[in-house]
Amino acid sequence: MIESHATTQEVHGHRALQHHFENMEQQREAGTIGMWVFLVTEIMFFGGMFLAYALYRNMFPAAFASASNHLDITLGAVNTGVLILSSFTMAMAVYFTQVGKQRPQIIALVLTLILGLAFLGIKAVEYHEKYTDRLIPGHLIPGASFGPAVQEHDQPMDAHKLHLLPGATLKQVEMFYWIYFAMTGMHALHMIIGAGLLIFLIIWSMKGRFDPEYHGPVEVVGLYWHFVDIVWIFLFPLLYLLGRHFEH
Amino acid sequence: MQPIESFEVPAPSKVNYINAQYGLKSWLLTKDHKRIALLYLASITFFFFIGGIYALMIRLELLTPQGDFLQSTTYNKVFTQHGIIMVFFFLIPSIPATLGNFLIPMMIGAKDLAFPRINLLSWYVYLVGGLITIYALLAGGVDTGWTFYTPFSTTFSNSYVVATGLGIFINGFSSILTGLNFIVTIHTMRAPGMTWFRMPLFLWSHYATSLIMILGTPVIAITILLLAFERVAGVGIFDPELGGDPILFQHLFWFYSHPAVYIMVLPGMGVISELVANFSRKNIFGYSFVAFSSIAIAVFGFLVWGHHMFVTPQSVYAGMIFSFLSFAVAIPSAIKVFNWTATLYKSSISYDTPMLYALGFIGLFTIGGMTGLFLASLATDVHLSDTYFVVAHFHYIMVGGTLMAYMGGLHYWWPKITGRMYPEGWGRFSALVIFVGFNLTFLPQFIAGYLGMPRRYHAYPPEFQVFNVLSTAGASILGFGMLIPAIYFVWSMRYGRHAEPNPWHLPGLEWRTQSPPPTENFEVTPIVTWEAYEFAPPEETEVVGRFGPELERT
Amino acid sequence: MSEHIVSVRVYITIFLALLVGTALTVAAAFFDFPWRLNTIVALTIAVAKATLVVLYFMHVRYSARLVWVIVASALFWMGILFAFTFSDYFTRHWLSTGY
Ligand SMILES: [Cu+2]
Repeated sequence: MIESHATTQEVHGHRALQHHFENMEQQREAGTIGMWVFLVTEIMFFGGMFLAYALYRNMFPAAFASASNHLDITLGAVNTGVLILSSFTMAMAVYFTQVGKQRPQIIALVLTLILGLAFLGIKAVEYHEKYTDRLIPGHLIPGASFGPAVQEHDQPMDAHKLHLLPGATLKQVEMFYWIYFAMTGMHALHMIIGAGLLIFLIIWSMKGRFDPEYHGPVEVVGLYWHFVDIVWIFLFPLLYLLGRHFEH
Repeated sequence: MQPIESFEVPAPSKVNYINAQYGLKSWLLTKDHKRIALLYLASITFFFFIGGIYALMIRLELLTPQGDFLQSTTYNKVFTQHGIIMVFFFLIPSIPATLGNFLIPMMIGAKDLAFPRINLLSWYVYLVGGLITIYALLAGGVDTGWTFYTPFSTTFSNSYVVATGLGIFINGFSSILTGLNFIVTIHTMRAPGMTWFRMPLFLWSHYATSLIMILGTPVIAITILLLAFERVAGVGIFDPELGGDPILFQHLFWFYSHPAVYIMVLPGMGVISELVANFSRKNIFGYSFVAFSSIAIAVFGFLVWGHHMFVTPQSVYAGMIFSFLSFAVAIPSAIKVFNWTATLYKSSISYDTPMLYALGFIGLFTIGGMTGLFLASLATDVHLSDTYFVVAHFHYIMVGGTLMAYMGGLHYWWPKITGRMYPEGWGRFSALVIFVGFNLTFLPQFIAGYLGMPRRYHAYPPEFQVFNVLSTAGASILGFGMLIPAIYFVWSMRYGRHAEPNPWHLPGLEWRTQSPPPTENFEVTPIVTWEAYEFAPPEETEVVGRFGPELERT
Repeated sequence: MSEHIVSVRVYITIFLALLVGTALTVAAAFFDFPWRLNTIVALTIAVAKATLVVLYFMHVRYSARLVWVIVASALFWMGILFAFTFSDYFTRHWLSTGY
């Protein structure tokens, strides 16, 4: 910062330098810190929901385990893999921008976008399953208010029926699904926003906007994408895995 | 070293940020922080006016014990909307979005905030949130109180809770973006030599404010969103039918909304620090204490929210912790008050309008803070909860604190913002009228509340009428007092005396450029070699005003 | 301070570690740990995975101290939100008068 009193050549150095910054270094630093501060707000935003989750899971352990066991662990695990892979390709996109390789950079960004959309597709399949099992809480969806079939002990096992553990009530299961949809829905919304940002990045990359000296936007979107990945890293065990050990 | 003399103010040029471009488009698409500050100033004044009309209706209704002016349901909406408009659309953005926006880049010697486009975006977000809220008010209004307590807001209220909630949710992002911009700007855009401890205290307090904005606002955003969805879905996490706890809403709400009080008052404290030091022409007493007390308020402010829930099923053990910490959070505020008074001691005070507001702030904020301690004690609060004592207490902080500081700051920087002087005589007169009117409005409410008059009712037992008549009379004086500056500010923009670059003869960076400033604030990036509030010794005060040949006359 | 470029090898290693972590957390979920430790195990693995992402994918390991402070403060405030809210819920039944 102190050495920001730059010479004239440096000030007019790069075409992407905005007028109110002294040099590229200051501009990049501001962008990165800005995104990190924004991620702090995101952490607090999700934090409110994690708090509600922790509170009610602590209050209704049996119902939360029963409800969680009904989620599709395979799809959840596959989606975790997809998202981690997309984080990797995003990291590679930043890397290729840093070293100035435009073609691999575009490929990495496109891969990230495809993987992000794949995640959303799988999520949609899961949501649809919950819809047919009538697990969408309240009367959010007109004509399909909450009312899953409950697995009785004397009946043959049916994957579409809800198996209630001792001590669990259907109302408390509804609470789990409310939180499930709130958290995964908000996460999916962030994925959609991220996908939109990626499309902008791809267009700009194809126009050759980025180079080793100027790649703030790629880096900053990368940070956002990794953050969304981290949220899922927590959501997956907390929502999908919490009651599996009760099952046998 | 005599910093003021050593600094050359460029010869006044005719081009400044106001006349650099013309036309509506040049304002609506501007990325200049100074113009955005003016956009905020206009829209905030508009919302203040709406909130003021609601206040007027409340005071009219309470003139008599019977509910003869408004029906109870209408009254519920009126006080709710007064609170929502004043808190979310006036008090929270007031000083940061106008004075902060205008001054932060200038005080650190930068050309603009770090993200000018995000700054403009935040104004549009504010506007969209505000318009949605106004739509909700016109469509039928809300009656939940500005606090939106569940289960009334989720299950029982028939008013426009979702639309209002959406407006507040969207408005929250404006606050977040402003806070983010300030933090990044203060970290990365300071001019060479502008170290953290050379920064004016206005910047420290805005930094602390921004911390609260980015850490607290997201929590209220998600809370309001969950509440809206709960209304739409018919069930939700605050719904006892699903085993939910309505008190959880209060936890999440006050996690933001107590610190939000500091979003309102911390920037005011920053303004007061500037005024006290500059109008007593003395370095602030204990600079680093005042600076760090801002940060301390931001941190400790997050640890006390439970004091709003002493009469709920909240655990008494949690209540004890929250009570203790609420007493503790008074310490950093008290540090500021003591340091301000110590600064005033044996200094040469000039009683110009901004300083009158500053002195008013110190007195009123102290009363507001001390009465807060009554409410922070568990047992006393059981008696005082939801009475007019609470109403009086927080108005002393929000109006006696924030509004006073806002008015003081507006007068102080008005020459810089507009390039014109306001009429000093009228300024002093209206400051006194506002001070008197304010006290007459809210002092009686302490007594009425202490005697047991509950808040949020449109009718009350006749024995409280004397306090309410006094209060309404005071409110009329206060309203009249607010009209005077509104008129002369507008008047001065065209007819006021032209302001010099440095009408108050002060060392701060914002005074070392022309009034109004050019678009990029400074002709060259300044290099800071002096401390904040570094005044020349008293015997040299004659030369303090010397800037350049054309200003010698002053 | 010019920026640090993380090598491709590091990225691949982290990616594989994250996959292993995912497999581990799924496997651990079906195992009945004593003393209700399942949640602790799951959260530990999740925190480890998140830390890898933050340190390497998000370059915090090579970033300025300010970024560390920002990350830490977010976690600290999350801690405040949780600790003080639970200080209410965990002590509500201490008084047997009840409601
Ligand atoms: Cu409070």
